[in-house]
Amino acid sequence: MSTIFGIPTPALYGQILIGLINGSFYAMLSLGLAVIFGLLRVINFAHGAQYMLGAFAAYLLLNWLGINYWLALVLAPLVVGAVAVVIERTMLSRLYGVDHLYGLLLTFGLALILEGAFRYWFGAAGQPYAAPSQLTGAVNLGFMFMPIYRGWVVIASLVVCIGTWLLIEKTRLGAYLRAATENATLVQAFGVNVPLLLTLTYGLGAALAALAGVLAAPIYQVSPLMGSNLIIIVFAVVVVGGMGSILGAIVTGYVLGVLEGLTKVFYPEASSIVIFVVMAIVLLVRPAGLFGREE
Amino acid sequence: MSNAPLLEVRGLNAWYGESHVLHGVDLDIREGETVTLLGRNGAGKTTTLRAIMGILRHREGVIRLRGKDLLSLPLHKVAQAGIGYVPEERGIFASLSVSENLMLPPTVSDGGMSVEEIYTLFPNLHERRSSQGTKLSGGEQQMLAIARVLRTGAKIILLDEPTEGLAPVIVQRIGDVLVALKKRGMTILLVEQNFRFAKKVADRFYLMEDGRMVNSFPGHELDARMDELHEVLGV
Ligand SMILES: Nc1ncnc2c1ncn2[C@@H]1O[C@H](COP(=O)(O)OP(=O)(O)OP(=O)(O)O)[C@@H](O)[C@H]1O
Ligand SMILES: [Mg+2]
Repeated sequence: MSTIFGIPTPALYGQILIGLINGSFYAMLSLGLAVIFGLLRVINFAHGAQYMLGAFAAYLLLNWLGINYWLALVLAPLVVGAVAVVIERTMLSRLYGVDHLYGLLLTFGLALILEGAFRYWFGAAGQPYAAPSQLTGAVNLGFMFMPIYRGWVVIASLVVCIGTWLLIEKTRLGAYLRAATENATLVQAFGVNVPLLLTLTYGLGAALAALAGVLAAPIYQVSPLMGSNLIIIVFAVVVVGGMGSILGAIVTGYVLGVLEGLTKVFYPEASSIVIFVVMAIVLLVRPAGLFGREE
Repeated sequence: MSNAPLLEVRGLNAWYGESHVLHGVDLDIREGETVTLLGRNGAGKTTTLRAIMGILRHREGVIRLRGKDLLSLPLHKVAQAGIGYVPEERGIFASLSVSENLMLPPTVSDGGMSVEEIYTLFPNLHERRSSQGTKLSGGEQQMLAIARVLRTGAKIILLDEPTEGLAPVIVQRIGDVLVALKKRGMTILLVEQNFRFAKKVADRFYLMEDGRMVNSFPGHELDARMDELHEVLGV
């Protein structure tokens, strides 16, 4: 069997793939956080709960209404996005005039309520959610066997990230969003309905989290705390990439996922902290993050 | 053309927090007119424009455009009512290219300039259309800030010190642009310290002091009033 630095290559490739999968979720989640933070200046602590809601929406759609994975991929983000729109209109929008800390506290409280409620209803244990039949099995890539569903997740997340990036960088709506991130008052003085833009942005960010949740359901189990386990790492990713930087969030998500996977191969003891070590170093050397602009 | 003013401001008071800055400002601009607001630093000229636009929200009094009340509108509806704003700090967006900056303000009514017309009027902007907005020179940024509101079909534009800090050739160019706009029938409210520049375009002047309108006179009286103005403006 071939080896690299004394590590069997299949094990290495396997960990890189796992890293890429984790990185896909880091990227999708940190992307939503970065978009929301950029425009609303709210650190959305409910992001993990919205990811969990997406997974639960898929699970409940299947078990209560018999709605399959493919439809859930569309419906769950819509439902969670709509809930987020209501949250923004009724609660979050009241806090824009005050210290940003209040937005953080509100979303943190919402996350605790949502996670607590789902733990009360469904218990802390994970519920299995089967991958759709079209995506079961594995393909032989020559150097390793890859479960088809995992390959799908990597591709889907890339499409979602690139699509969101194009939406922000290349469209008129994206230009409104970028300009409002710089100077919301002036953009509104030009006649753009900025309050509506803020609502849609929060809804979009939450919908992205929910989409990630549906993609995650067949890989990790559907459980009330699946989001809170992940969100701490995602915050570290956002800090490393640079708060509010869209491209930074995407690239850093994949890179840190793979780095974490490689650490599992070469120095497993450090694998659960490597991202935080990187975060500490970046904060020391470049406090605005790798892709962030110094303010 | 009716005699009713296009923009009508009556007894406008405005506050920054607790500090009362505008004290009963009156102002009328008829359609097609160019009116220049003079006043020394801190007189309240920018505040008047910000209060009309609704950027400064703490206001009392009357602001009407074609008889329609603007005071009760949310900020984004004021531009939609037909006002274009060119702020003192220009407000060019760094994360947008020149052409994205130009296309940013939504169209508010028909009859705005086409992008081709704008690029003919400002050839530099066409040349640099894919550069980052803030990479332009100060003069180019000012032209972009003006060009941006010409596309929207706004019936009146508020220009806050468009010549501030610019070289004489650029000031000349901006003067030509304003004359061209006037010919097209645009209504302009101009804030300007440089009254040799303002003289070329202004039909009427308002003089502001300490948040109050203290005088108003037609453009042709400017020369005769120079001594008085030098005193009030302290220049
Ligand atoms: N953001 C603010 N907060 C508090 N006070 C302000 C603010 N902006 C302006 N002021 C005060 O309001 C008054 C009017 O200011 P304004 O900017 O309208 O003057 P201006 O006539 O435009 O002056 P300039 O010619 O220097 O641009 C000044 O006394 C100024 O100090
Ligand atoms: Mg001013």
